[in-house]
Amino acid sequence: MEENLKRTPLYDAHKRLGAKFVGFGGWEMPVSYTSMIEEHVNTRENVSLFDVSHMGEVFVSGKNALKALQHLTTNDVSKLAIGRAQYSVLANEKGGAVDDIIVYRLGENDYLVCVNASNREKDFQWMIQHNPYEAVIEDRSDAYAQIAIQGPKGAALFAKLLGMNPTEFSREKFPGFSVRKFPDEYKSIPLIAARTGYTGEDGFEVFLPAESAEKMWQGLLDIGAEFNVKPSGLAARDTLRLEACLCLYGHELSDDRDILSAGLGWVTKFDKEEFIGKAALEAINKSGVQEKLCGFEVVDPGIVREGAEVFDASGALVGKVTSGTKPPTVGKAIAMAYVPVKYSQPGSELFAEVRGKKLRMRGVPIPFYKRSK
Amino acid sequence: MQNPTEYRYTKDHEWVQASGKTLRVGITEYAQHELGDVVFIDLPAVGATVSQGKAFSVVESVKAASDIYAPISGKVTLRNEKLTDNPELVNSSPFQDGWIAEIEASDTNELSKLMSAEDYTKYVAGISK
Repeated sequence: MEENLKRTPLYDAHKRLGAKFVGFGGWEMPVSYTSMIEEHVNTRENVSLFDVSHMGEVFVSGKNALKALQHLTTNDVSKLAIGRAQYSVLANEKGGAVDDIIVYRLGENDYLVCVNASNREKDFQWMIQHNPYEAVIEDRSDAYAQIAIQGPKGAALFAKLLGMNPTEFSREKFPGFSVRKFPDEYKSIPLIAARTGYTGEDGFEVFLPAESAEKMWQGLLDIGAEFNVKPSGLAARDTLRLEACLCLYGHELSDDRDILSAGLGWVTKFDKEEFIGKAALEAINKSGVQEKLCGFEVVDPGIVREGAEVFDASGALVGKVTSGTKPPTVGKAIAMAYVPVKYSQPGSELFAEVRGKKLRMRGVPIPFYKRSK
Repeated sequence: MQNPTEYRYTKDHEWVQASGKTLRVGITEYAQHELGDVVFIDLPAVGATVSQGKAFSVVESVKAASDIYAPISGKVTLRNEKLTDNPELVNSSPFQDGWIAEIEASDTNELSKLMSAEDYTKYVAGISK
């Protein structure tokens, strides 16, 4: 384990649960408690808890908050009503990704930006250095913990914790990508809960004061037996998100690669007056991307992982795998890779090199997994 | 899970069981626990020559691929085909149903270089601290 890893407020709780730890983005995080496969399957079938307190919380407020966020992000923040959230990108001038984020509108001029753990410092510095409208930008990451409740029984579990009727957490009453404050429903601990997640399942991401994290974590475990709640680590988090084709910064996204190749045109709003990276992305949009992020099933026996080189039938090197594994729900070895546009159609056959052997891969439509309702 | 007393062990957590001239090999309970869920095994080819201490198979967990080193030198005579469809046998039964291959030993004296169950148990206790 690396030296000087940070620990979240739930570290002791993970230790008591017998978690195995791993270093991630400068943090000592639980990689699994029982087994990755069990935790992954339990998330899809019941409900799991994830400690995501290592992620960052940056608050943007003041009368120029909207202007500031419109400048910094690719998505259209003016479309966010109070109580709504959107996936977005902090782009750089080349159209690459400084980070992928979720922006939550908590009030009139009050926004929460959730950033990746590995980019906390970088994102905050970027935001304050690109703040011509002088919005109030505060990094409150250390004050906040975050617990993700993910799975089909997540809404029922969360409702029970708050002592509320589960009908209040139906998708009609509490839609996906909406965010709500619960100031005193749970032991007077102020919660900010959003119906967002990184697993491809229904669920909530709950932001709360760091000092209350253990209480809520334990509270969920104590009342959750009827829903088969289990804690889940980063190993399962990665297989769940890969099945759902959610990007992982440092793999599918980076400073150097334009976000349109990653398929993030849907969060790039060219009719915004301006934003960092607009000119570069407009040019790429006009001329077309050279490479596209695609999903593959591995046909030959073996597992293809991040970094594996991808070749076409003639033996030419055409790309590199960004993420790959054999995850439990899909049940086959899958991979994501950037490949030239001519190979981006489902059905394309390419080859990934693993330990000197070329394993056949076939392009498939993504996401690999979609929840049924 | 106890380390079976009739096996011999390597520092890299492989075991070898003598049954006549062909010796069955696999990885230990400690190894499977460290690896996590096994999802794929690159089994050695039947007829392949292996050398003590050299990689002859790869066991893949969700996160990573781990080389498995031959505990003795010789020729692979049999591979556990069950592991193709059921790689999880390595986790659930590392000393029995999760065996990896059988090797016809070229020099059974090599077994004396390996640890007894008692020594291996002490060794694991030492590195687990």
